Amino acid sequence: MVRSVLIALLLVAYGPLLTAEPSDVYSFDNESEEQRFHNLISELRCPKCQNQNIADSNAPISKDMREEAYQMMSTGASDDEVVNAMVARFGEFVRYKPQVESRTLLLWATPVIVVLIGLLIVASIVIRARRNNDSDSGLTNDERERASRILSGDGSERSS
Amino acid sequence: MYPELGQIALILALLLAVLLSVVPLVGSVTGRDQLQAFARPLSAGLFVFVALAYGILTYAFMTDDFSVAYVANNSNSMLPWYYKFSAVWGGHEGSLLLWVLMLVGWILAVAVFSRRLPAVMLSQVLAVIAMVTVGFLLFTIITSNPFDRTLPNVPADGADLNPLLQDFGLIIHPPMLYMGYVGFSVAFAFAIAALINGKLDAAWARWSRPWTTVAWSFLTLGIALGSWWAYYELGWGGWWFWDPVENASLLPWLSGTALMHSLAVTEKRGVFKSWTVLLAIVTFALSLLGTFLVRSGVLTSVHAFASDPDRGTFLLVLLAITIICSLTLYAFRAPVVHVRARYGSLSREIFLLLNNVLLVAATLLVLVGTLYPLVLDYLDMGRLSIGEPFFNLTFSPLGIAAGLLLGAGIFSRWKKTDGGWLGRKLLWPLAVSMVATAAVMVTYGAFKPWAFAGVFAAMWVTVATFWDIWDKSGSKQGRLHGLKRQSRSYYGMVLGHLGLAIVMAGATVVSNYGIERDVRMSPGDTASLGDYQVSFTEIGNRRGKNFTAEYGRFEVSDENDRVVSTLYPEKRQYMVQRNTMTEADIDAGLFRDVFVAIGERVSDDAWAIRLQYKPLVRWLWLGSLFMAAGGFLAIADRRYRVRDKVAQGKTVDSSGLGEQGRADPAGAVS
Amino acid sequence: MKRAFLFIPVILAVVLGVVLFAGIGKDPNKLESALIGKPVPEFQLSDLHDEGRQLDRELFKGRVSLLNVWGTWCPACRDEHDDLVWLAEEKGIRIVGLNYKDNRDDALVWLDRLGDPYQVSIYDPRGRLGFDLGVYGAPETYVIDAEGIVRHRHVGVVNEKVWEQDIEPLVQRYREKI
Repeated sequence: MVRSVLIALLLVAYGPLLTAEPSDVYSFDNESEEQRFHNLISELRCPKCQNQNIADSNAPISKDMREEAYQMMSTGASDDEVVNAMVARFGEFVRYKPQVESRTLLLWATPVIVVLIGLLIVASIVIRARRNNDSDSGLTNDERERASRILSGDGSERSS
Repeated sequence: MYPELGQIALILALLLAVLLSVVPLVGSVTGRDQLQAFARPLSAGLFVFVALAYGILTYAFMTDDFSVAYVANNSNSMLPWYYKFSAVWGGHEGSLLLWVLMLVGWILAVAVFSRRLPAVMLSQVLAVIAMVTVGFLLFTIITSNPFDRTLPNVPADGADLNPLLQDFGLIIHPPMLYMGYVGFSVAFAFAIAALINGKLDAAWARWSRPWTTVAWSFLTLGIALGSWWAYYELGWGGWWFWDPVENASLLPWLSGTALMHSLAVTEKRGVFKSWTVLLAIVTFALSLLGTFLVRSGVLTSVHAFASDPDRGTFLLVLLAITIICSLTLYAFRAPVVHVRARYGSLSREIFLLLNNVLLVAATLLVLVGTLYPLVLDYLDMGRLSIGEPFFNLTFSPLGIAAGLLLGAGIFSRWKKTDGGWLGRKLLWPLAVSMVATAAVMVTYGAFKPWAFAGVFAAMWVTVATFWDIWDKSGSKQGRLHGLKRQSRSYYGMVLGHLGLAIVMAGATVVSNYGIERDVRMSPGDTASLGDYQVSFTEIGNRRGKNFTAEYGRFEVSDENDRVVSTLYPEKRQYMVQRNTMTEADIDAGLFRDVFVAIGERVSDDAWAIRLQYKPLVRWLWLGSLFMAAGGFLAIADRRYRVRDKVAQGKTVDSSGLGEQGRADPAGAVS
Repeated sequence: MKRAFLFIPVILAVVLGVVLFAGIGKDPNKLESALIGKPVPEFQLSDLHDEGRQLDRELFKGRVSLLNVWGTWCPACRDEHDDLVWLAEEKGIRIVGLNYKDNRDDALVWLDRLGDPYQVSIYDPRGRLGFDLGVYGAPETYVIDAEGIVRHRHVGVVNEKVWEQDIEPLVQRYREKI
C-alpha cells in the first residue's frame, strides 16, 4: 500500500520522465514462463462455472486455482505436475484436454478414422471410375467421322 | 385480453400447419390438382397467424405488459425500446416463437419463389416443412407458451433483461442465426420430397441449391455475429470457445458447406445423389440437435437457456421422430444404383468429394467432441471435459488440409484434369504463396510452424483464386469483357473462397501472434503491450440509462509516443438485476485491435487490467462477411431468375445448357 | 448389400437418442469428489472456538463423521443449518464443521445465534483445506469413515430427503465396518 502511494507520488512528481513499468498480476522471470502459465490456466476448467477456463473466470475458486498454479510454477513445478495437482483435488473434470487413455481413444481417433475411411471410399470410387473409363470407348469410329465432318462445317451434313 | 388472442392465433396456425402437412401431400400422391392448389394459400395463412402471434408478443413487450409472465421475466420499464423489441427473443419461449416464425417465413418464401417448380414437388416440399412446423407449434403451445399470464399477481415491474444481452448483438445475432438454422429445413424438405416421389435428379439439385446457399449464408453471418459479440461483450477477448452451444451452430455450418458443394456436383454431373440427400437430412438434423442441446440442460454452457427436463424430453421426442423417420425413409428409398459415371482421378468431382471427406471429418470431430462427455457419463465412466485445447489441436489440421485442397481444386476440371497440367499450373501459386507467407512471418517477427501452415493455406487459396480469375477472364475483346462474362455464380464462389482465406489468415495470426497481459495498474501507470504503450490516466464514475458504472480512462500510444486512441473500459452495475458486468473498450482497426478491460480491484487504488493486442482479429468477421456475400451473390445468378417460358413439368436439361443457351466456361463450378 | 449401409445413419441416430434421453434431468454441474476412497488431506488449522488449539486429520479417526463446509457469507448454508442441528441432536451424528474463508468472530456469532451442530469446528480462513478437498462451492458435506477416508461428497444443502436417500445408508454401512 505504502509502496503504491510512493510510486504514485513519484510519477506525479516526475511524470513522463519515469518509465515505471507496472507489475503483472502474476509476474514471471521471462516471457516463456509467462506463456506457459497462460497456456496452463487456459487448459484448466473452472469447476463451478458454466464452461469457462480459469483464465477467464471471475469465480473465487478460479482465483484460488490460478494462485495455486502460480505458486507451484514459482517453485519449479512442470505443467503435468500442476495439472495433476488440480485433478487430484477436483477430478478429471477440470482438464480441458482429455488424456489419451482407453476411454478416450475413440475420441482422439475419430478424425483420423473418418479421414482414412473417406480416403478409402474416394480411392475406391476413383478405381471404379477408371475401370468405367477404360471399358467404355466413347464414340465409335463412324460416329467420330460424322462428328468431325459436322464440326468442320460441311454444310451438306444434316442431323437425322 | 389480447395476449389470449396470441394464444388463439398459435392454435389456428397449428390447425393450418396440420392441413398443409396433409392436404397437398395427399393431392400430390393421388394426382389431385385441386388438393395441391391448397398449398400456397395455406402457406400464406399459416404465416399470417404466426406473424400475428409474434406481433402480439412484441406489442406486449413494447407496452410493458407485465401481466404476461414472459414479459415480466425478461423485460423492465427502464429498458430502452430497441432492447424491449429484442427481448422478445431473449428467453426460451420467445426465441422459440421466433424459430417458428422463421419456419413459416421460409414456407412462404418457397411458396412464393417457386413458380417454376412442378406442383407435385412444391406440394411435398411445403408439406414436409409444415410437418416440422406442427411439431414445433405443439412444443410451443404445450410446454413453452409465451402468453402465460401472471394474473392475478401482476408485478409492478419486470425482472429485466440479462445485462449481458442488453447489447446490439442481441438485436442481430439470433435472427440471423435462426434464419440459417431454419433455412436448412428447405433443403431437408427437398430431400424428403425427392425420396417420396423418387425424382432424384440434377433438376432436383438445381432447385435445392439456392435455398441451401441462402440458408448457409445466413448461418455464416449468424455465427460470425455471435463470435464478434462474444469478443467485445464478454470482456476477455476470446472469439471462439468451442462451447457446446457454439459447436451446435458450427455443426450444421460444416455439414451445410459439404452439402452446398455436393449439390454442385449432383447438379452438374448427376452423381453422388444418395450422398447429397443424406447430407441434406443430416444438416437439418444437426440444426434440430443444436436446438435441443441449447434448451435441454444436457450440456453446460454460458449460452444455454434455462433448462427444464419436461421440455427437454418433449423436444427430444420431436427430434427423434423427425430424424429417425427421415433416415429410415432414406434407408429404404435412396438410390443404390451405380451411375455409370466417368471421371478421372483428378477431376473436379473427386476434388469436391475430398472436400466433403474433410468437412464430414470436421463435423464428426466436433460432434463427437461435444457429445463424448455425455456418452461417458451414460456409461458411468466418469466425468470428462473436452475444450479448446482438444478442438484446436484436432480441428486445425483439417482446416489447413481443406485450404490446401481448395487451392489445388480451383483449377480442376469436370470429368478429367491432366495431372501434369495441374501440377504446372500450381507452380507459380506455390512460389508466390511461400514468399508471401515468409513475408508475413517476418512482419510479425517470429517463425511458428502452425502460423506458417495456416497463413500459407490462406495465401494458397487467395493466389489460386486470383490466378483462376486471370485465366478465365482472358478474352479477345479485352480483360474487362472477360471479367464481365463470368457469371455471378462464379464470383459468388470467388468471394466465398476468399472469405474463407481471410478467416483462416485472421484466426492463424491472432492465435499465434496475439499478446495478452494481466497487469496491476493504478491511475498514472503505463504498461507496454507489444509496440504500444497503454497509460491508465484516470478513474471515474458515470450513469447510464439503467446502470451505474465505474470507468477507467486509458491512452494508447504507439512507438513514436503519439496517442493512437483513448479507451474507456468500465465495470457496470445494472440497477435491477444488480450484477456487475465488465465492458471492455477496444481500439478497432483493420490490422489489429487493442483491447483493454478492467479486472478485479487488487487494492485501494490498483486494479488488475487486462491488456490485449489482437492482430488481424477483425479478419475473422470480415472474411465471414465475404463468405456470406458470396453466397448471396451466387443465388442472384441469372439462371435462377430467368422465367421458364415452357410449361411446368418439362424435364430440364441436366447439363444446364438448355435454359439459357449459354455454355458454362470450361471448368467453372457454378 | 449396399442397401444395408444406408441403415447405418438411422442406427446411429437411435443410439444417440438413447444417450441424450439418459442425459436429461441430470445436473452436469454436480461433480463427484476426486478424493473418494482417499484419506482427508493433511492440514494444520486452529479450532474455531479456541485459537490456541491446533487440529489435524487425526480427529476423524475412530468414528464415522460428516464434514460440513460452510461460511456466514453463504445463504444456502443458512438454509441447511437447522437440518444440521436436527441431524446432530436427533440422529446423534458427529458433524465436523469446516468454516471456510470466513471471519472467526462472524462465525462464532452466527453459531451462537443459530445453534452449533458441530462437535468440532475447524477454522480455515484462507480456504487451504477447502482447496485441498476440492471444495468449489459451499455448502458441501462429506462422509468420512472411522479411518479418516473420504467416502462421499454431497454438493448443496443437506435436508431430510438428502439424509435419508444419500447419506444415511452410507453412514450405516461404514459404521458396521468398525
